[in-house]
Amino acid sequence: MQMRPLFAAVVLAATTFTANAAEELVVYSARIDDLIKPVFDAYTAKTGVKVSFITDKEAPLLARLKAEGANTPADMLITVDAGNLWQASQEDVLEPVTSKVIEANIPAQYRATNNTWTGLSLRARTLAYSTERVKDGELSTYEALGDANMEGRLCLRTSQKVYNQSLTAAMLKTWGEEKTEAVVKSWVNNLATDVFSDDTALLKAIDAGQCDVGIVNSYYYGRLLASQPDLKVKLFWPNQADRGVHVNLSGAGVTKHAPHKAEAIKLLEWMTGPEAQSIFAKLNMEFPANPSVEPAPEVKSWGEFKADTINVEFAGKLQPEAIKLMDRAGWK
Amino acid sequence: MTHLNSRWLWYPLALGFAALVAMPILVLLLSWSEVDSSIWQHLWDTQLPTLVGNTVVLAVGVGVGVVLLGVSLAWLTSLCEFPGRRWLDWALMLPFAIPAYVLAFVFVGLLDFAGPVQSTLRDWFGSGLRLPPVRSTGGVITVLVLVFYPYVYLLARGAFMAQGRGLMEAARVLGLSPWRAFWRVALPMAWPAIGAGLALALMETLADFGAVSVFNYQTFTTAIYKTWYGFYSLSSATQLACLLLVFVLVVLMAEKRLRGQTRTASERQRAAALFPLRGVKAWAASAWCGLVFALAFVVPILQLLAWFWERGRFDLDSRYLDLVSNTLSIGAVAALLTVASALVLAFARRQYASRQMRSLVAFSNLGYALPGSLLAVAIMFAFSYLDNHLVIPLSTALGGAGKPLLLGSLAALLVAYLIRFMAVAYGPLEGALARIRPSIPQASRSLGVGGVALFWRIYLPLLLPGCLSAALLVFVDVLKEMPATLLMRPFGWDTLAVRIYALTSEGEWSRAALPALTLVLVGLLPVIGLIRRSARH
Repeated sequence: MQMRPLFAAVVLAATTFTANAAEELVVYSARIDDLIKPVFDAYTAKTGVKVSFITDKEAPLLARLKAEGANTPADMLITVDAGNLWQASQEDVLEPVTSKVIEANIPAQYRATNNTWTGLSLRARTLAYSTERVKDGELSTYEALGDANMEGRLCLRTSQKVYNQSLTAAMLKTWGEEKTEAVVKSWVNNLATDVFSDDTALLKAIDAGQCDVGIVNSYYYGRLLASQPDLKVKLFWPNQADRGVHVNLSGAGVTKHAPHKAEAIKLLEWMTGPEAQSIFAKLNMEFPANPSVEPAPEVKSWGEFKADTINVEFAGKLQPEAIKLMDRAGWK
Repeated sequence: MTHLNSRWLWYPLALGFAALVAMPILVLLLSWSEVDSSIWQHLWDTQLPTLVGNTVVLAVGVGVGVVLLGVSLAWLTSLCEFPGRRWLDWALMLPFAIPAYVLAFVFVGLLDFAGPVQSTLRDWFGSGLRLPPVRSTGGVITVLVLVFYPYVYLLARGAFMAQGRGLMEAARVLGLSPWRAFWRVALPMAWPAIGAGLALALMETLADFGAVSVFNYQTFTTAIYKTWYGFYSLSSATQLACLLLVFVLVVLMAEKRLRGQTRTASERQRAAALFPLRGVKAWAASAWCGLVFALAFVVPILQLLAWFWERGRFDLDSRYLDLVSNTLSIGAVAALLTVASALVLAFARRQYASRQMRSLVAFSNLGYALPGSLLAVAIMFAFSYLDNHLVIPLSTALGGAGKPLLLGSLAALLVAYLIRFMAVAYGPLEGALARIRPSIPQASRSLGVGGVALFWRIYLPLLLPGCLSAALLVFVDVLKEMPATLLMRPFGWDTLAVRIYALTSEGEWSRAALPALTLVLVGLLPVIGLIRRSARH
């Protein structure tokens, strides 16, 4: 009967390992360490509440949340695009939070209709062009990138990236399947080279002269410009006469089985407020989701633009359709 | 004390390890309980032909490449003499320390249109210059060959050296030219070793995600991710992984057939090289070995250093000490645990070479053949299930906190590594154990030393070199491992690979140079250890 001490050890370990003080929150984050830790540090400095977190891609984090079910240690899930938040909400791992603070801070189009999550920072997926080879008036809309004058001049990132899937999903919602597929096909026809695996490489290709125009997230441009001030690339805000620039977001929701729900809601509310929002704005050259907070000076210098007002949830809802469409159109 | 030969000891132990591996595989197979036909229809219509085609092309290309490179280099460094042979002999193993995804992003960064090489050429020859694209099938094959050839090189070199001088001399005396002696004697005898190296290289190729995604080359693994992340269908992704597993099983069976027929020779050692090369031949040999070494090791290291100087040095802070110490300690503990377990399996197989035992052992080694990410998720599911259905009820019943213990613990991560890398440790250990003749323990027993004392005083000293190389291989693999570490690491246990992931996922290749360089340097230590050991053979 050697088993008794073993059980005792398990129980002992159980009580010591998991006897977390309530003053510690656990976050599963798809935003990487560098882009989230400063926010948590500021919160800890202010309130004394510790925040521990692990980072991974959304899908594994979501799988883990689901698998852990009611026993999850996680209080909050942070993702870097709306589609995944919508999916998390579909999988029923997020708790609806009705908070006057959040409602006052974040516009409705950047929040879940069922209140399970809220956007924290926005990124525009817009056009980048070569200042040397693109003439005034050549650029107008996303759709026009498929026109004949762009033949052999376009660069795209891989369709595997969720940002492009959301972009296509937004077009699907606006234009319907037939027109969207025609647009995507015309883009693929105009490609100057194979698709890239990241936005930074794409921007460098425009700078080096491999292609003239591409579609990128605004902050990648900001980052590259900071390290290469002589970049011969600029951003263009397309579709200003109709639907506006496609905007995606990084956001968060409190988990359904959060062990410290009240504390987690407090953290989420604080993250939508001016203090945290200005940290978000500075960290990654994103646009704060709270309109009362100014973006970073560099970001402001890119100019004002009209953003697509479509609720970003559609990005998630239509994502599988969008991927199938891109596969059919030959966007690798 | 129970007798070491007791079947009541070995069978349950082997069964235990097999059950451990069966856990995630069961999770994978269970995914077939629901099939999303719309996703499969879509994959079938638009993707599968390309995926299968690309995967086969990649496997064949890398397979041919690693054999050509590995065998030619091994032949030259182990049997010939030419300028630089002495240091190239060990230097050619160094690329072992470079993860595939690192070499991939170095090559693309360096050679793509916007990279320094093409930019300089355009400055010289005009902006209209267009070179063949590096992000192509040829490019991805080249990179994977340069990363994985050391498997074949290491094993083929060992085999050529073990053949001894007698055989080749006999062949020459019988009138064969050096070339024909190579084709008709040395090569056929080295096939089992080459096959084993090839199988490892192919398994790595089939499971690779990092490198192919840098090249945007669509294979089974990229499709698995796309199905999971894009279609939100983990079950379809696991089903695809099961198909990939079929590919892997084919590779394993072919390897087994190859190995089954021949036994490696072990003769007296040569004192001097068999074929001293002179003149053009000697320089050609130096150039070939030097070229491979430069491309697979010198160029990436220089590029990483350049990036480090450009960006990475600004990131260097005390956090790196933590990252390095986390990486080292996880690697060391995992290596120890995995080698100990593999040793148990190897003993079980030796003591009871029954059919069931052989199957149990073969099954316990399957973890290596699965794509790391899927295996990670499957293990995560398994642990989570145990937490929810065993640990929590038990702890609640016993008056404990009633909280999950396994998932997110260091122990669970270590078990994940154990499942993944068992085969890496088992291979060298089985070989080492096979070299100990049964007469040795028999003699020992007849002299009254048996049981545990027999293990400590006879087996362990004899097995120590084999244990060491097994531990080093596992250690390097654990350092490079990404998906399981990401998903299952305890809070605060970030490693170098995690840091590389964070930076590359944001496209910050030049900043990723610092953790990548650190990882390579840390990984070099055991590789050098391995080299020193194999040099003594």
